[in-house]
Amino acid sequence: MGQEVRYRVADNFLLLVQNPSFALDVVLNGLLAGAIFALAAYGMSLVWGVLNIVNIVQGELVVLGGYIAYVALSHGAPAYLALPVSALVMFAICWGLYYTVVFRVVDKDLFISILATFGLSIVIQQLTNTIFGSDVRSYDTGLGSFYMLDGAVTVAWIKVIAFVLAMVCGAALWLFLRHARLGQAIRATAQNPRAAHILGINTSRVYAMTYGLNGALCGAAGSLAVMAWTIHPYIGLPYTVRSFMIVVVAGLGNVGGVVAAGLSLGALENVAGFVLGAEYQIAFVFTLMVLILVWRNWRAARRRTYLS
Amino acid sequence: MIADTGAIMKKFGVLVLAACLGWAVSAQADEAATIRLGAAVSLSGKYSSNGVYTRNGYDLAVARINERGGVKVGDKTYKLEVVYYDDESTPARGAQLAERLIQQDGVKYLLGPYSSGLTEAMAPVTEKYGVPMVEANGAAVSLFRKGYKYLFAVLTTTDQYLKGAVEVAAARSEDPTKLRVAMAFENDPFSQDVREGVTADVKRFGMKIVIDDKLPPDLNDMSATLTKVKLLKPDLLIVSGHEKGAATAVRQMADQRVNVPMFATTHCDSARIAETLGKSAEYTLCAAQWAPSLSYSDELFGSARDYAALYEKTYNEAAPYQAAESSAAVQVFADAFTRAGSLDPKAVRDALATTDIASFYGPVRIDETGKNAGKPTILFQVQDGQYVVVYPEKWAEAKLRAPTPTWDKR
Repeated sequence: MGQEVRYRVADNFLLLVQNPSFALDVVLNGLLAGAIFALAAYGMSLVWGVLNIVNIVQGELVVLGGYIAYVALSHGAPAYLALPVSALVMFAICWGLYYTVVFRVVDKDLFISILATFGLSIVIQQLTNTIFGSDVRSYDTGLGSFYMLDGAVTVAWIKVIAFVLAMVCGAALWLFLRHARLGQAIRATAQNPRAAHILGINTSRVYAMTYGLNGALCGAAGSLAVMAWTIHPYIGLPYTVRSFMIVVVAGLGNVGGVVAAGLSLGALENVAGFVLGAEYQIAFVFTLMVLILVWRNWRAARRRTYLS
Repeated sequence: MIADTGAIMKKFGVLVLAACLGWAVSAQADEAATIRLGAAVSLSGKYSSNGVYTRNGYDLAVARINERGGVKVGDKTYKLEVVYYDDESTPARGAQLAERLIQQDGVKYLLGPYSSGLTEAMAPVTEKYGVPMVEANGAAVSLFRKGYKYLFAVLTTTDQYLKGAVEVAAARSEDPTKLRVAMAFENDPFSQDVREGVTADVKRFGMKIVIDDKLPPDLNDMSATLTKVKLLKPDLLIVSGHEKGAATAVRQMADQRVNVPMFATTHCDSARIAETLGKSAEYTLCAAQWAPSLSYSDELFGSARDYAALYEKTYNEAAPYQAAESSAAVQVFADAFTRAGSLDPKAVRDALATTDIASFYGPVRIDETGKNAGKPTILFQVQDGQYVVVYPEKWAEAKLRAPTPTWDKR
C-alpha cells in the first residue's frame, strides 16, 4: 500500500510538471478559495488583537452569514445585495452576542474565552441545523465560468468576484483602522485598554464594535462561500481552523500578512490535494504550520541570544 | 414532630404502593393488547432531517397495521406501539438509549436508528440482551460481517450501491477493459464501503482506475480532484460523500467545466441537486434504495406509488426513501410476529432470520448474515429536472441519456 501511495504521488507530481496549464488551474482555484479564508482570518485577528479572545466560533459565524445570504437570495434578493445584507445582519448579531456573552470573558483567562466561544459555536451549529435544516446549500448565481488555455484553466466568475470583494473588504478594513476615528480608537484599545479608557475612549463600545465588525467580515465571507461553494451547518470548523492557522502564521495586526498567508494557504492546500491526494490535503497544511512555528521559534531564540 | 414525619412517610408509602400497583395493573392490561417496539432515532443533531423521516416511516406503518386490526400472533391480535428516544445523532447516546429501552422500559424488540454509525453502536447492546433489531437505515456492509445474530436489515448494503453504474458503463462499451475510471470517496465507513463494491466490479470488468481519492469529511471544495479529472479524462467518474459530496461535485463540475461521459454518485435526491442546482445536475446518475415509480407492491400499502401518495397526504411532503425503508422494517417485524406465533424474542428472532416477503419497498429476503439479499439497488438519472429510474432495465422509466455531452454543447 505504501509503495502504491508513493507511486501515485510521483505520478501526480509529474502530471503537474508536464501540464503547466493545469497546474495553473490548481493554483488559481486554490488562491480564490484562500481569499475567503483570509477574510474570515482578518476578523479573527482583529478580535484576538483587540479583545484578546481566540474566537473559536468564527467558522460558525461564517456559516451563519452564508445562511443569511442564502435566505435573502432565495427570497428574490439580487446577488449583489447578498454580501451587504449578510454583513449588516451579522454585524447586528455579533453586536448582540458581545453584550450578552462575549463581554463576560474579555478580561478573563484565554482558556475561559476559548471555552465560551466553543460553547457559542455548538449553540450556533445546532441553531442553524434547527432553523435551516441539515441540507447542503449552495446558490447558483448563473454567472458561468471563464476558461482559457484550451479549457485547461476554468474558473467560475463568482469565485473571481468573491476574490475581488474579499480584497476590497480587506483594504476597507485597513483604511478604516488607519484613518477612521473609531478605527484609531480600536487600535488604541488594542495597544493599551487602560490608557485608552483613561483618555476617554469608551472601551466597552470599542469592544462591541470590534466584535460586530468581525461579524460583518464573517457575514461577507459566508455570503461569498454560499455563492461560490457549498455550506451546511457543520462546515464551520474548517473555517475556524484555517483562520486560526492564518493568524498564527501571519501574526496579529498584520493585514498584509493575513492576506498573504490566506492566499498561499489556499494555493498550497490545493496543490497538496492534487499531488498527495485529497486525504492528505489537511495533513500537509498542518505539517507546514508546525514547521513554520518551529522555524519562527528557532529564529526568535537566535535573535534573543544576539541581544543579550 | 417525629411522629408527624412518620405518619406522612406512611401515607406517602401507601400512595407510592398504590401508584405502583396501578401502574403494574395498567401495564399488564396494555401488554395484553399491544406489542411495544423501541427506537432511538436522531431527532436533533446532524441527522435530524433523516431521523424525522425514519420516525415518520415507522409511524406510518404502525398506524396502517393498527388500522387494519393489528398483528396476529397465535390466536390473539395485538396492536403495535413505538417507544421513541432522541439519540442526538451521536453513537454513544444511541448505545445508552438501547440499554435504557431494554433495561428500563422493558422493550423486547428494537427498530433501528438512522445511519450505519448509530446502528454499529447499538448492535452490540441488542446482541448482548438477545433483543432482535430490524434496521432500515444502516447500510454499511461491515455491520453484517460481525456475525450478529439479532440484527436484520431491509435495505441493500452499501457495497451494492454503485455497482449499477459500473455495469451500465461496461454494457455500453465494446471493450470494457479499455475503460478508465476515476473515483473519489469520502473517508468514512459508508463511502468506503461503497468504494469497496465499486472497486470489486471495476476489477471484474478489467477496467483501469486512474484516480482514487479519499475526500475529507469536512469537504466543501474538491477542485484539486476535479482538475485531475479534467487532465486524465476518465470514461466514468464516481463520487460518494453523502449529500455534501453530491452537491459539491455537481456544483464544481459545472464551475470547472469538467467533461466526463458518465458521472455517478450517491445521495443526490436527498441533496436535492436537481431542485437546487438546476441544469448543472442533468445527466447525473444516482444510486438509490427505492423510488415511488418501481413496480413493487404488497397488501398493506398497495403499490410503491400508493405508499408515496399516502405519505404525502399524511406529512405534506414527497416520500423520501428513508421513510419507505423504515415502514418496511415495521412490516418485517409484523410478519415475523405472525410467523413465530409467539412473542418470545428468541422465536421472533428465528422467524426474522427466515423472512422472505414482498413489500411495496421491494422484496425482503434475509440472508444468513441478516441483510436483505433480495432487492437490487436502482440508478436514477436526472433528466429535465426529474429523478428518473434508468437501471435496472426491468424498472426503467426512461432510456439512459449517455454519453453526457460536453459543457459547450449543454
